[in-house]
Amino acid sequence: MLSRLASPRTGGLLALAIVIALLPLALANKYFYDIAVLVGLNAIVCVGLNLLIGYAGQISLGHAGFFGLGAYGSAILASRYGWPPLAAMLTTTLAVAALAYLVGRPILRLKGHYLAMATLGMGIIVYMVITTEDRFTGGPDGIAVVPFSIGGFVLQGERIWYWVVGVLLLAAVWLALNLIESPTGRALRALHSSEVGAEVVGINAAEHKLLVFVISAVFASVAGSLAAHYSGFVTPGKVAFLHSIELVTMVVFGGMASIFGAVVGAAALTTLPQLLTVFEDYEMMVFGAVMMGTMIFLPRGVVPSMARLFQTRRNASSDDRAGSA
Amino acid sequence: MSAQFMQYLLTGLTVGAIYALVALGFSIIFNASHVINFAQGEFVMIGGMASVSFTAAGLPYLLAIPLAIAAAALVGLALEKFAVEPARGASVVTLIIITIGASIFLRGLAMVIWDKRLHPLKPFTGDTPIAIAGATILPQSLWVLGVTLAIVLALSWFFGRTLLGKAMLATSHNRLAAQLVGINVRRVLFLSFGLSAALGAVAGILIAPITTTSYDVGVMLGLKGFAAAILGGLGSGVGAVVGGLVLGIAETMSAGYLSSAYKDAIAFVIILAVLFFMPSGLFGKRDGERV
Amino acid sequence: MKSTQATTSIKRGFAAIAATLALFSASAVAQEPIKIGAFLSVTGGAAFLGDPEQKTLELYVAKVNAAGGVLGRKLQLVAYDSAGDAEKARTFTKRLIEQDKVDVIVGGSTTGETMAVVPLVEAAQIPFISLAGAVVIIEPVKKWVFKTPHTDRMACEKIFIDMQSRKFSKVAMISGPGGFDKSMHGQCLGVAKKYGIEVVADETYGGGDTDMTAQLTKIKNTAGVQAVLNAGFGQGPAIVTKNYRQIGITMPLYQSHGVASKEFIKLAGAAAEGVRLPAAALLVADALPASDPQRSVVVNYRNEYESHFKSEVSTFGGHAYDGLMIVVEAMKKAGGTDKAKVRDAIEATHGFMGTAGVFNMSATDHMGLDLSAFRMLEVKGGNWTLVK
Repeated sequence: MLSRLASPRTGGLLALAIVIALLPLALANKYFYDIAVLVGLNAIVCVGLNLLIGYAGQISLGHAGFFGLGAYGSAILASRYGWPPLAAMLTTTLAVAALAYLVGRPILRLKGHYLAMATLGMGIIVYMVITTEDRFTGGPDGIAVVPFSIGGFVLQGERIWYWVVGVLLLAAVWLALNLIESPTGRALRALHSSEVGAEVVGINAAEHKLLVFVISAVFASVAGSLAAHYSGFVTPGKVAFLHSIELVTMVVFGGMASIFGAVVGAAALTTLPQLLTVFEDYEMMVFGAVMMGTMIFLPRGVVPSMARLFQTRRNASSDDRAGSA
Repeated sequence: MSAQFMQYLLTGLTVGAIYALVALGFSIIFNASHVINFAQGEFVMIGGMASVSFTAAGLPYLLAIPLAIAAAALVGLALEKFAVEPARGASVVTLIIITIGASIFLRGLAMVIWDKRLHPLKPFTGDTPIAIAGATILPQSLWVLGVTLAIVLALSWFFGRTLLGKAMLATSHNRLAAQLVGINVRRVLFLSFGLSAALGAVAGILIAPITTTSYDVGVMLGLKGFAAAILGGLGSGVGAVVGGLVLGIAETMSAGYLSSAYKDAIAFVIILAVLFFMPSGLFGKRDGERV
Repeated sequence: MKSTQATTSIKRGFAAIAATLALFSASAVAQEPIKIGAFLSVTGGAAFLGDPEQKTLELYVAKVNAAGGVLGRKLQLVAYDSAGDAEKARTFTKRLIEQDKVDVIVGGSTTGETMAVVPLVEAAQIPFISLAGAVVIIEPVKKWVFKTPHTDRMACEKIFIDMQSRKFSKVAMISGPGGFDKSMHGQCLGVAKKYGIEVVADETYGGGDTDMTAQLTKIKNTAGVQAVLNAGFGQGPAIVTKNYRQIGITMPLYQSHGVASKEFIKLAGAAAEGVRLPAAALLVADALPASDPQRSVVVNYRNEYESHFKSEVSTFGGHAYDGLMIVVEAMKKAGGTDKAKVRDAIEATHGFMGTAGVFNMSATDHMGLDLSAFRMLEVKGGNWTLVK
């Protein structure tokens, strides 16, 4: 019973649900709610991206592009052309999935980190189109976005958004956990240990990787759409290369191949700049140093490293689950 | 018409030479470690900013420039020693994140040591444009082209004729085999960071008199250099040089003859096209075989 | 100099930690300070705006306090670095409103950041003075939002009037990639007709570009161009100016108010000679006749800033000075920090002499500057001079 609860599948999800349910007790005002919502949105992107990095062994340096396409797709369709936000979001998501498929299909047939380069190029092109086509996108100054409404009910205010994003994050984590346990997840794990071996037993590496890539793009796009409606404003800053890097950093910081690591990474790196404001001019230096330090001393990321530490302390023998939490 | 073409060509070559130097830095580190060093652009920045500082302190160029290059190389070596080396055995992704952290750290450090303003650097030999076939070129551009050519020749001698260079090449081809024949792979990695940093610094110093320099000048140059390296085939020296020049010329030609609105996008469209149709780049090793 | 700055900055860091701790211990201090909130692009691509703005606010908050504060209360500056990121600007604004409970916000170095927080300050009903340029900030008028810099449309108009007086009708534009550049580019295209100006060539360059000769060669070879206008700030205009001379273009070159500082001349060197641009009188403080009512304000501000920070003054820091002083005046007039009363007092600002010019705000004009606030300047002998 206890061991079942301790398994990441049920125990972790439950723990996350409890954290989300209890967190508002510590949120004193709208500002803290705002940070929590941003953490949640970033966490959704990271859960998807973590599938790609941790399980498919591929890096994307252009996920901000998917996030941005989601945000701008929703913004333009809903605000400029008056589409219902839900329809705008679904259409945008489909388009982003198609784009990810088109980019991923030829690239993922190759071994090596070519996806990193392709997504980098794609992300920057998306950024340039968005800053240049100001008739549609408002250019570098961005555009205002209407609030999310569904059937006459308008989603507005940090508190409502907190619960919406909280539930969606749970759903995203649940989906990701299920994917890992699915045939695709098992195939990917087999690939991770030996790509050749996996192929010998008939696993089509490219197809599984492509599926995960498209899913991670969809997560990012949906989070982008929601972020645009939540903020009420979107600027190209969230599409920039630097944001792609931030997203990858969140995943690696929290722990590759750890769904909850992705959530922890998103939380840590979203709140860090808020804590670093006391350093003023030294903020950037400290941020860089924290990034480097974590990676040097906890190369597997915070969550798996901690889990391993905990595991070895509690029990030197048994349980090969360490690190998969 | 042809004067116009000449102008675009000269401009493209100058810009391209800088991209090539940055791309070479990427390739050297990639060969030694399979790490994409995202701090490469910061070496460019350090080169330029350190030269500004040293010349402002009254040093002549003949002293200031070698000092600036040495400063950048030291930073490169320190980066390897204190950030990459301790994380040995970590995955490539982890190492890449470390270099990103390093790049943010170095940029933050530069902002504190120096400032956020743009700084001019005096051209090496005057500012009077030279006319060539109806087009004009700055004396500084000739410096850019000349020094880049000299560096490419020196590097090809280094990798082709010296023991250390051959050891570095061998390591890139097959790390394990290199280790077996007694090459100190760790030292190769260490030196490759120093060499890359020095190359980046040279690029930063050469271009600063044309463009001015500041603490965040490395971001875009780093990205373009990376694009050039991919275009040429990451890890290929010849590829990095050709990739840089092709990119520089393609950019200026498209700005001149097509539209300048999407000039910067061209580099990345080329990258996507290369990856789709010839994934190992123009000169890369054929390790991108289909699964 | 640098090291003392660093130590004060660390001290400020500790002060901020102490202040945060003080917040948690709920003991309220008698005679609380008046809190001025600010979010500025102190780092990032727009640092050339945010940096002098922050320095100016720090300097003048200290000066106001040294002179006894406002209404017997001290001012306290709560400033965050939004790094040109609209998302950060939004979050910090929420922090200023909800957590720090500031009385008024002066900030928003860029238009993107400003527009992103407009819904927040409108909902929270807190007076907000933006330091960004674009005309969209005040058109249409938003109840709680004001701004102190001249608009980009005014800059275009000033330039076109000057072109008109030199009998130019066909001009080329070359613009940068940022929000400032793009917005000004759009405004200029919008008002060109009004002044009988036709834009016959329209080029752009990218962020971090190292060379613009290709675009300029294209402009050079466009038939009929009589003058060139560069909308941009930072590194771009310096390179444009140098390349302009390199390929031997002799037509007059106009720059925007985005490079209105001595630094531009230093960066572009001899190539800057003859360049014209519209800017506030601050840059030519000494050239103003003694009878000019603006003289004492701009000379004072320049001397204070340059002696304190040992760096050249720019008009951007001046906008922060104007914003802060308008707020101080308004609070004095309102007799307190009641947000609605302060807002009304800001809107009623009349005849206030700032570094940017005379401010006459009203219910329909939340900036209050007119074209006379801009002076046309030309670089002569390595310095800014007034065009007569």
